[in-house]
Amino acid sequence: MNERPPALEMRGITKRFPGVLANDDITFDVRAGEIHALLGENGAGKTTLMNILYGLVSPDTGEVLVDGTPVTIRDPSNAIAQGIGMVHQHFMLVPVLTVAENVILGQELLRGPFLDLPQAARRIRELATQLGFDVDPDVRIEQLPVGQQQRVEILKAIYRGARILVLDEPTAVLTPQETVEVFTVLRRLQADGAAIVFISHKLEEVLAIADRITVIRRGKVVGTRRPSETSDVDLAVMMVGREVLLRVDRGKSHPGDVVLKTEGLRVKDDRGHEAVRGVDLEVRAGEILGIAGVAGNGQDELVDALVGLRRPAGGKVLLGGAEITGAPTRRIRDLGVAHVPGDRQRFGLVLPYPVEDNLVLTSFDEPPFATGPLNLLRNDAAIDEWSERLIKEFDIRTPSRDVRAATLSGGNQQKIIVAREFRGANRLVILDQPTRGLDVGSIEFIHRRAIEKRDAGTAILLTSADLDEVLELSDRIAVMFRGHIVAIFDAAVAERDRIGLLMAKGGAAAA
Amino acid sequence: MRQRIARRLSAAWRTASIPVLSTALALVVAGVVVIASSAFTGNGFQPLLPVGAYLQLFVGAFGSTTAIGNTLVAAAPLMLGGLAVGLGFKAGLFNIGVAGQFLAGAFAAAVVGASLATSTGIVAVPTAFVAGALAGAALGFIPGFLKARTGAHEVVTTIMLNNAIGFLLTWGVTDLVRAPGFSFPRTGDLGNSALPILLGRNLHIGVPIAFLAIFVIRWLLERTTVGFQIRTVGANPNAARYAGMSPLLVITFTMALSGLLAGMAGAVQMLGVIGFYASGISANVGFDSIAVALLGRSNPIGILFAALLFGAFRAGAPLMQITTSVPVEVIDIIEALVILFLAAELIVRRVFRIRAARAVPEEIATVTRTWGEQVAR
Repeated sequence: MNERPPALEMRGITKRFPGVLANDDITFDVRAGEIHALLGENGAGKTTLMNILYGLVSPDTGEVLVDGTPVTIRDPSNAIAQGIGMVHQHFMLVPVLTVAENVILGQELLRGPFLDLPQAARRIRELATQLGFDVDPDVRIEQLPVGQQQRVEILKAIYRGARILVLDEPTAVLTPQETVEVFTVLRRLQADGAAIVFISHKLEEVLAIADRITVIRRGKVVGTRRPSETSDVDLAVMMVGREVLLRVDRGKSHPGDVVLKTEGLRVKDDRGHEAVRGVDLEVRAGEILGIAGVAGNGQDELVDALVGLRRPAGGKVLLGGAEITGAPTRRIRDLGVAHVPGDRQRFGLVLPYPVEDNLVLTSFDEPPFATGPLNLLRNDAAIDEWSERLIKEFDIRTPSRDVRAATLSGGNQQKIIVAREFRGANRLVILDQPTRGLDVGSIEFIHRRAIEKRDAGTAILLTSADLDEVLELSDRIAVMFRGHIVAIFDAAVAERDRIGLLMAKGGAAAA
Repeated sequence: MRQRIARRLSAAWRTASIPVLSTALALVVAGVVVIASSAFTGNGFQPLLPVGAYLQLFVGAFGSTTAIGNTLVAAAPLMLGGLAVGLGFKAGLFNIGVAGQFLAGAFAAAVVGASLATSTGIVAVPTAFVAGALAGAALGFIPGFLKARTGAHEVVTTIMLNNAIGFLLTWGVTDLVRAPGFSFPRTGDLGNSALPILLGRNLHIGVPIAFLAIFVIRWLLERTTVGFQIRTVGANPNAARYAGMSPLLVITFTMALSGLLAGMAGAVQMLGVIGFYASGISANVGFDSIAVALLGRSNPIGILFAALLFGAFRAGAPLMQITTSVPVEVIDIIEALVILFLAAELIVRRVFRIRAARAVPEEIATVTRTWGEQVAR
């Protein structure tokens, strides 16, 4: 046994929020040179626990020990002083500042009254080399890809002397390649003796990286396992509390008429570069067409053009044979197109609105939710009844229909959108990254609903950066690379490796 | 039942606490200014001066039926102007042009009113009033349209329009509609177009109209689909676009409606109080309206109370000056401090040890929003 006390120990932590027991007597520790994963569904209490550790929330009971000594953490600067560093899910970086400026922010290196940026840059470069990654300290954050930004976050924590590093869902925004790179960085930090808390709800990841895995559910510790003595199915059951279908049974599709068709569609991105360069697609009623591709290969612009949020630069979009190229969003929606957007907080929801208003966000001016002349009046009774029904039917976990959507977990926020968009008889549903950042329970739920929708005869277009999701759900798979569809496969004969290669290298690889 | 009332009260206090405490703090700090400046007057240092001054202020605002009437009359244009600004905030717009729209409304009401001076009041009053409202709406429409069409920021365009319209109206009253028989350029007497007096000396019909407007706008925002679109565009323009709304249409409409309310404020003030348009009539209502909207947190009911408060300040100040020789300008200091404390909410929280979760209120967010962040077109 190790005689040294753990680098970090949390004992009997309990935190109650109005109406929720967020943490219920949680005990958890991590040793120097260890990666300890904290696994749980969204809303299980992982983030609350870490916010307690970082001094953002104070616990009702329980204590925190660093190197065996009880400490009180009142605020983040306190936590930093104790050697605790946090890498948040949403990066806390200033986009217009350089890497160096971001890293030293709050601990500025001075020469006289002036910033000594060259000196800071030098130190940062050294530190980065030590950690085995290469980051240019003089480049502005906004110019960096997401994976690099995350490394800057890690660098920032280490620069401030963190020996205990907490990563909150670090891979949620990363591509598979970037994930592998982050893992390399974490292993190196581990070898250097850092204690790492890795928060995630992705089973494969925690199995791949962690030395120990602690599962929490509804604020309680369910158990701690070593990766060697458990499996993904085992962990999923612990996490959700029941058997979970990691693979939803898809059944055979019965494709009907062509619902959506694009011909030579070209779309420009915000900077005026052509992001979609002549795409021909067909989606039939009763089938799911999945678009696989590394994020940023034109999927976002394609979807925007289909739903009228972006005017195509060329080509045609046809819905049931009728041209809708460049039609306003409103008209496209009225023609029976539903859309689950990729960025749910920016597009899919109005966070300060109550759940019920979000449930009618795209139908607020249609009967029965609106009445009177020109559908000018809001019909609260109908909205209430509708919301109650959807909340039940889609299992949206919310204290009531009138709490703000912002207060719900990511999974429940997404369920609001899915409930709203899956209502009624749609001809086409566009699912853009429908399960990004969600836990297994929510993923299973949304996948099941999508299949049901397909079987009801709706055409479904799915885009996802998660290849496994595309493989699981799709009847046909199109691979998108640099604005082109480089291949289309029948899912029955699609090979994972081949698609992966096409995603990474495009058509050249297929030859 | 009792529980529900308690819950609603506590919710109301959550939204009202910062404005109320900011006002209290502003009164205290302004009091310190009054004490400090008393040292430079002939009467010497008077530590208790603010107490007496505020007491007289209160008496001047609420001490008699006439005083209450004065308060209501002063509050009416502030309610309308406050609604104009507050409505803009709801849609994520900062309409600083209320001053100009107010003047346009006052001018149009004065000109139309004077030309109908001898018609019967039942025709003259509504026509003059509507003319003022429409003039304001037209002036509000311009920056809204420009923003929707070209992305021009409404703060810039409305400020510039304030100046442009001021000079334009001066030219108008000097060269176009100057009434004969007066020694300076002004419009003619209103005659039958003046707002009917309902009670006492000066409580005109504009006061109930302003109250009505409060509830109409509240109804519009909360109970109609138009209001839902306005609020959605303000809260998340991306989601509004995604949901098939047209933020550009909503912005144009909201600015025009905001201008309409500001024009109503001008018409009410013109037809109920001022009586004729002349170069240099006060457009203070336009700027006080911004303070009223901020203090009222853009909420129509909040705006009602904020307008009553500022109206009381304006109505009570003369008595305060006469009896305690504390100058009426102290009111401007109080107003400025209120805004300061609202914006620097943290100060208020520290002073009163409020530890509730902090969220940037939408109107402050609108004011401080970076100009680079425009609605995508």
